[in-house]
Amino acid sequence: MAYRRVAMVVSALLLVGSMASLAVRGLNFGIDFTGGTLVEVRYSVPGDVGDVRNALLDGGFADATAQHFGDASDVLVRLPASDTGDLGVRVLQALRAAAAEGETVDLRREEFVGPQVGDELAEDGALAMIWALGGILVYIAFRFRWQFALGAIAALVHDTIITVGFFSVTRLPFDLTVLAALLAVIGYSLNDTIVIFDRIRETFLRRRKGTVMELIDRSLNETLSRTLVTGVTTLLVLVALLVVGGEVIRGFAIALILGVVIGTYSSLYIASPVLSMLGLTREDMLEGEKEQAVP
Amino acid sequence: MNRYPWWKNLLVAAALLVGLLYALPNFFGLAPALQISPENRAASEEDLRRVTLGFGVVGVKAQSVDLPDGQVVARFADVSEQLAARSQVQAVLGRDYLVALNLVPSAPDWLKALGAEPMFLGLDLRGGVHFLMEVDMNAAVAAAGERYEEDMRVLLREQNIRYLSSTRVVGDADRSGVLIKFREAPARDEAVKVIRSDHPELEIEELSRDGAPALELLFSDDFLRETRDWAVQQNITTLRNRVNELGVAEPIIQRQGESRIIVQLPGIQDPTRAKEVLGATATLEFKLVNEEADPAAVLDGRPVPGSRVYPMRDGGRILLKKRTILTGESITDASSGIDSQTGGPVVHVSLDGRGAKLFEQVTGENIGRRLAVIFIENKMAEILGDNGEVRRVAQVSEEVITAPVIQDRLGRRFQITGLDSPQEARDLALLLRAGSLAAPVTIVEERTVGPSLGQDNIRQGVYAVIIGLLLVAVFTVFWYRGFGAVAVLALGFNLLLLVALLSLLQATLTLPGIAGIVLTVGMAIDANVLIFERIREEIANGNSPQASIRAGYEKAFGTILDANVTTLIAAVVLFIFGTGPIRGFAVTLSLGLITSMFTAIMVTRAIVNLLYGNRRLSRLAI
Repeated sequence: MAYRRVAMVVSALLLVGSMASLAVRGLNFGIDFTGGTLVEVRYSVPGDVGDVRNALLDGGFADATAQHFGDASDVLVRLPASDTGDLGVRVLQALRAAAAEGETVDLRREEFVGPQVGDELAEDGALAMIWALGGILVYIAFRFRWQFALGAIAALVHDTIITVGFFSVTRLPFDLTVLAALLAVIGYSLNDTIVIFDRIRETFLRRRKGTVMELIDRSLNETLSRTLVTGVTTLLVLVALLVVGGEVIRGFAIALILGVVIGTYSSLYIASPVLSMLGLTREDMLEGEKEQAVP
Repeated sequence: MNRYPWWKNLLVAAALLVGLLYALPNFFGLAPALQISPENRAASEEDLRRVTLGFGVVGVKAQSVDLPDGQVVARFADVSEQLAARSQVQAVLGRDYLVALNLVPSAPDWLKALGAEPMFLGLDLRGGVHFLMEVDMNAAVAAAGERYEEDMRVLLREQNIRYLSSTRVVGDADRSGVLIKFREAPARDEAVKVIRSDHPELEIEELSRDGAPALELLFSDDFLRETRDWAVQQNITTLRNRVNELGVAEPIIQRQGESRIIVQLPGIQDPTRAKEVLGATATLEFKLVNEEADPAAVLDGRPVPGSRVYPMRDGGRILLKKRTILTGESITDASSGIDSQTGGPVVHVSLDGRGAKLFEQVTGENIGRRLAVIFIENKMAEILGDNGEVRRVAQVSEEVITAPVIQDRLGRRFQITGLDSPQEARDLALLLRAGSLAAPVTIVEERTVGPSLGQDNIRQGVYAVIIGLLLVAVFTVFWYRGFGAVAVLALGFNLLLLVALLSLLQATLTLPGIAGIVLTVGMAIDANVLIFERIREEIANGNSPQASIRAGYEKAFGTILDANVTTLIAAVVLFIFGTGPIRGFAVTLSLGLITSMFTAIMVTRAIVNLLYGNRRLSRLAI
């Protein structure tokens, strides 16, 4: 792959950019992680979100933020972390009191997460990431060789950081569903990487000639059409999810779409080159095959 | 020639049949219904008749009224009819019946008889309230401390052991108990003997405090653990009773971890009311008024041994003896009403046998004296400290609502007056019926989904699955022709199996769960892509079509397995660490991976063998 050097530069830039944004701007964490209150209401008549903000100010919710959610009749109100879970109900009352004659305000959704629970969810999320990566590392090291495990993990870390970085740059809310999407991205990117690794192993065993790099390139080319076809089918369903799946699942769909694109790219340009950088030799493969000759 | 052994074909056919059968109930959907059951017993034909009669009286029209599983179920055409019917039906049937909102499957009876039920929808799809409650463990231990302090007084008095004072030891969470001071050492030694034999669960430490010999009685670790466990269990029981009072069909109330309880109430429209009833920790205590003490001393705030000052609801303070005669736990039934003489709100109370005996004895001995009814409310507030840590502060409000003179010996039934409003009387009666919480609870997480959002979520999720499936189908057939069509057929089969499996396991389907199904649709085709690409390669290498098919399937298998197992690892981790809706995603993703392995490999192979296996082929449509 002639573009490998270019890809390395692009990846490095994306990684640095993502980490810089994470360090400077951080993530726009949803209430799942920060704690807080969220109220989604639907007005019977589409209206101006400015009126809603005024109603909230009049109701004594100075630190509330309001924005349209999906369309002009839905409004999402967020309140920062607090001690009590009553705020949502009081917000609804304030909005109903301020509504025009004959206009109804329906409660669509109300969420309250206490500060303690928020911390725990964040902790569990981080733990889930670590365990997933660790479990995968062990499985691949067992089924292949340690260079493959490290190559796969390098690609996964690459994908995760860039996807999270995207959420940092765009200020899209980062909540539990996005975290779930990240783990699914790990699963997907891995799927891709493993298929290529499988082929690399096979090529090493089958062909006696060629440098390590040539054999890797050959394997990538042989699996390229599969890599792209699977990427396309997965992206097709995700776009369907993004377009018709509704507002609640939007962050999830965006994270996955991005993750699938980056995951496909990283399987080709990150995971495999890392193998040769880690000094994988044909002898490694032959030896590995002997070890697991009787599975 | 490619031929499958007969048993493999049979397996595929059987899986298809069973999958179709168990996925079927989902296509009939759910109907809004009222679930009506008499209190504390199964419904009978007689109840069915009464309910039907009641419907006629208020003019409510149900689509059907049946009597399955010991309760009357009435189906309605839509949610608004169901809601309107509920209040009318409850009004006409009265308090003897619990009327709960529910969604019931509309599938025909023969499917139900086979145990085929539609998927169990999570709260984000059917609407409802989810609470995560934290039980205040320190309060549970503190309550045990208070109980023991009183028990020790009684014990020492009975044994004629003289002591100076008995106070509660309030240390950190693991150091709790009672401190007793004595005038002289021999009394203490005697006390040690008695306490050791009566209360082996206490760890006894001899020490001296302020120059006096003293005993520190500390709760053992086992006892503390039991106390905490008991508090959570007791709270779960109480919450279950209260949920029944709210009229919720299929509530979920379960323990989570050490000190938390999850309460899920599907179909509840009004979280405020649910919160009031569930979170309320109000209970009653009955104590005698101390009328011997000098009122002036009381107002000065000078302590009176064995007594305590309480605020009165209508202002002023009153001195009560510390001994509690009765608590809310002895109350078996309570109902609100109007006092026939004063016209004010009252609560009629019935006691259990033990409570009644005790109450009769105490009131009999104290005719002419005053008995105070104390209303106790525990509240917990989570406060964010300056340095960002969370502190929890207990707020206990105790007030005497009434302190009438005991006119006569009181028995099993009596009434409480002095309440502010009929609403308060109703709430108090409800709380007394359902029992009190053993320790206060705080709601640390709450999620409410309105019914309209739930329905939108289902609709959008189903659209996403269908549109995703169509897009994938068009692309795959375009790319792989005949074999693509086989893969799409298998994909549809995969979807059917996944739905059947979810229905069979009754795993909770959530919106992220639907997203997992959508993702499965996209990724499941991967196994076929791997196989088909291999077949193309084999053909390109000059192999015969039949040999290429065989080699394609064989060579791709290892890769498919590796790829799916690693993805499965990520999904299982997600299941372990995820909560609520996220778990739903992990479940559908994992099950989808497993079913897709089956359909993408075995089912497509069976079809391919059937189509091409027995023919001499010159080229393949791939």
